Amino acid sequence: MVLDSKVPEGPLAEKWDSHKFNVKLVNPANKRKFKILVVGTGLAGASAAATLGELGYEVEAFTFHDSPRRAHSIAAQGGINGAKNYRNDGDSIYRLFYDTIKGGDYRGREANTYRLAQVSVDIIDQMAAQGVPFAREYGGLLANRSFGGAQVSRTFYARGQTGQQLLLGAYQQMMGQVNAGKVKLHTRMEMLDLVTKDGEAVGIVCRNLLTGEITSHSGHAVVLATGGYGNVFYLSTNAMACNVTAAWRAHRKGAYFANPCYTQIHPTCIPAADEFQSKLTLMSESLRNDGRIWVPRDPDEKRAAKDIPEEERYYYLEEKYPAFGNLVPRDVASRNAKTVVDQGLGVGPLKNGVYLDFAAAIERDGLDKVWERYSNLMEMYERITGEDPRETPMRIFPATHYTMGGLWVDYNLMTSIPSLYACGEANFSDHGANRLGASALMQGLADGYFVLPYTIGDSLAGKLGTDPVSTDDPVFADAEQAVRDRIDTFMSINGTRSPDYFHRELGKLIWNYIGMERDQNGLEKAIAEIRALREEFWKDLRVLGNSDTLNSSLEKAGRVADFFELGELMARDALDREESCGGHFRAESQTPEGEALRDDENFAHVSAWEWHDADTPQTKHAEELVFENVELTQRSYK
Amino acid sequence: MSNTLNLTLQIWRQEGPNAAGRFETYEARDIPDDASFLEMLDVVNENLIEDGKVPIEFPHDCREGICGTCGVMINGRAHGQEKGTATCQLHMRKFSDGDTIAIEPWRAAAFPVVKDLVVDRSPLDAVIEAGGFITAPTGTAADANETPIPKEAADSAMDAAACIGCGACIAACPNSAGQLFTSAKLWHLNSLPQGQPERFKRTEAMVETMEQFFGSCTNHGECSEACPKEISLDFIAYMNRDYIKSKRVNRKLAGQR
Repeated sequence: MVLDSKVPEGPLAEKWDSHKFNVKLVNPANKRKFKILVVGTGLAGASAAATLGELGYEVEAFTFHDSPRRAHSIAAQGGINGAKNYRNDGDSIYRLFYDTIKGGDYRGREANTYRLAQVSVDIIDQMAAQGVPFAREYGGLLANRSFGGAQVSRTFYARGQTGQQLLLGAYQQMMGQVNAGKVKLHTRMEMLDLVTKDGEAVGIVCRNLLTGEITSHSGHAVVLATGGYGNVFYLSTNAMACNVTAAWRAHRKGAYFANPCYTQIHPTCIPAADEFQSKLTLMSESLRNDGRIWVPRDPDEKRAAKDIPEEERYYYLEEKYPAFGNLVPRDVASRNAKTVVDQGLGVGPLKNGVYLDFAAAIERDGLDKVWERYSNLMEMYERITGEDPRETPMRIFPATHYTMGGLWVDYNLMTSIPSLYACGEANFSDHGANRLGASALMQGLADGYFVLPYTIGDSLAGKLGTDPVSTDDPVFADAEQAVRDRIDTFMSINGTRSPDYFHRELGKLIWNYIGMERDQNGLEKAIAEIRALREEFWKDLRVLGNSDTLNSSLEKAGRVADFFELGELMARDALDREESCGGHFRAESQTPEGEALRDDENFAHVSAWEWHDADTPQTKHAEELVFENVELTQRSYK
Repeated sequence: MSNTLNLTLQIWRQEGPNAAGRFETYEARDIPDDASFLEMLDVVNENLIEDGKVPIEFPHDCREGICGTCGVMINGRAHGQEKGTATCQLHMRKFSDGDTIAIEPWRAAAFPVVKDLVVDRSPLDAVIEAGGFITAPTGTAADANETPIPKEAADSAMDAAACIGCGACIAACPNSAGQLFTSAKLWHLNSLPQGQPERFKRTEAMVETMEQFFGSCTNHGECSEACPKEISLDFIAYMNRDYIKSKRVNRKLAGQR
């Protein structure tokens, strides 16, 4: 199969407008004849469900949470980019596009990224109208800040809770549609399989997490907005329940999985304190605007941070990257932190962190100003570590945060399975090999509010007059049976180890071999060791209790089983991509200064993997990336 | 390095919504004081699984104090003794070696137990569905800076909007009243210019939906004490004022139809 990205012809700035004109429309009176299933109700899913409902489609939305407001979009702290140029500092749609393409190390699709920058402007308007309490200046106009990797102030924010406020906005808008009867909401329902007929998506199979009941749901189109797969690392900043299962089940039914090795390690997280650590907590990298990052020059340093004189501190980012300093992109900041910690310069009881110091900002702007900007982050830090960042520098270390890879989609956000769409972090499309700060919220809302509702009509229009495939069709019975069989298998292995045990062990392999730095030797080892652990999982798993009640162990077992297969594909993809780019750093491919070295001749493509079966490696399909508007340069933040 | 604690836990176990519940006693050994409260429960569960016993179901997800999924009664207090702290952000350094800790699900008739420490909080969604939104269909918005909002007003709306919907206010209230949750959402939306057109319709609908599920408010103030976001009681007063007004305004609007 040749991957057709369906990127429209014409100049970059006109592609989206001309595409919107050219896609088929569904007449307003006919929209109610189409049923769309939206799986996941985070930013992308809730905004898509709300907008599709407003347009007149019949929408069913599914979340495995007890309420859509729990989705992990809620945890994003820092902000959302919008190319409004309210600060008159030279921002523009083109600059946001350019920064995103460059920040993604030239591994994103130009047309998608440009469209993202275009609609970013509308998102800010939409969310303000929705009542999102964005931060404001005293004059009453919206405030902005500059955010990791950007040289303009284009980030809108709501204290340190931007994700929460945006999610609540989208959730409330969707609840309005629930109230209007246009969206039917299913909570505590986990999608466990995609149902296809003649190669086309026709519905899903879900498990009711409270009763264990397995049910089928059919529609004219299925939209997956089920987030990223960062929890494959076990320790990550993702919520405990984040998983790849919906996307992975779709992959196993024929949806290509693109660029799985592009994972983002976030530079400003709280380092692990002990072996029982269940997750890592991210602190917004907006902290890097005012915090200075350093480690002691002496590996044997024993003094408290504030007693270490200036000349004995190593401000490694400011020294190595004078133009960007502490605001270098995430991958650069993360790798440099790892480098100094590997050199034995780490701080804290386990020597596994670096300092992020606010003393200079407090001296410059006063404690009140600094506190106003970061109070919730500083309070959170103090709650977790027992240390007050106003008095002693924070300790930070990188942790897995976001995954740029995901289901391959074309310009319409349709996967390689007709009628199956992927939105938000679940798709691969807009960030290339590395995502810039404040862009995840932007992409989730762009897809859900302003892209999918237009593009989905193109495939629906041709189905006018057809009913969704009945759930009595044998394809649904077969899918339900497969789901039941799998659950029965988990319940009957009767081994000795919990799903968490296997998840933790898998996470160690992924972090060690497919973490911030990868090499051939390690990746080959990773594949072998992941396979061995997977075999052990299927022999030695222990799930207690019943399958007809709430059973977190059972839920977890299914998610971990899918992580095993994903982990192996990540290693394979990383092995195949013999270059460094963005979040993917191959030790074999670096500049003399130790920076990521791309190989544009051989790897300026998207790797989209096709599933065969659990024991046959996936086949790679390449979508060549065409750069007509930006010149590929070696990224340099010196 | 951290110290470790040995604790005795009395935990509410209940197989399902219709089963009878009971307290069971568990020993938690060698818990590092840097661990979070939920990580302590993780350890207990791993040990239970090892012993072939069904692990304890407890609500949790982001473990960053923002998603609102977690929440249990700890020694009789919603989210435990630390002020302004969700259960997931409570750390074991706040306890002492040898402590006995009682852990129960949220206490409220509107939140029936699903299993062990997990309850059903769907009435909170019902209150939002009744009117907790601003009708602004996608694509209709004017430029965001066309409507300036004084910083003080935006900040006050944000103070209310910070609610994470965990339900601790209701669990802590002797009447299981839903006033703090409902009023926080009402003040968020009612105090902004964008929220004005639907202000009184929203207020009447949300208050009356709330009353279908929850008890009455008698100004104990336990809700705000238990709130992990320290949402202010003032919002309840604002809600009451708007509710009374809504009865008059909505009738007047109905008369104009």
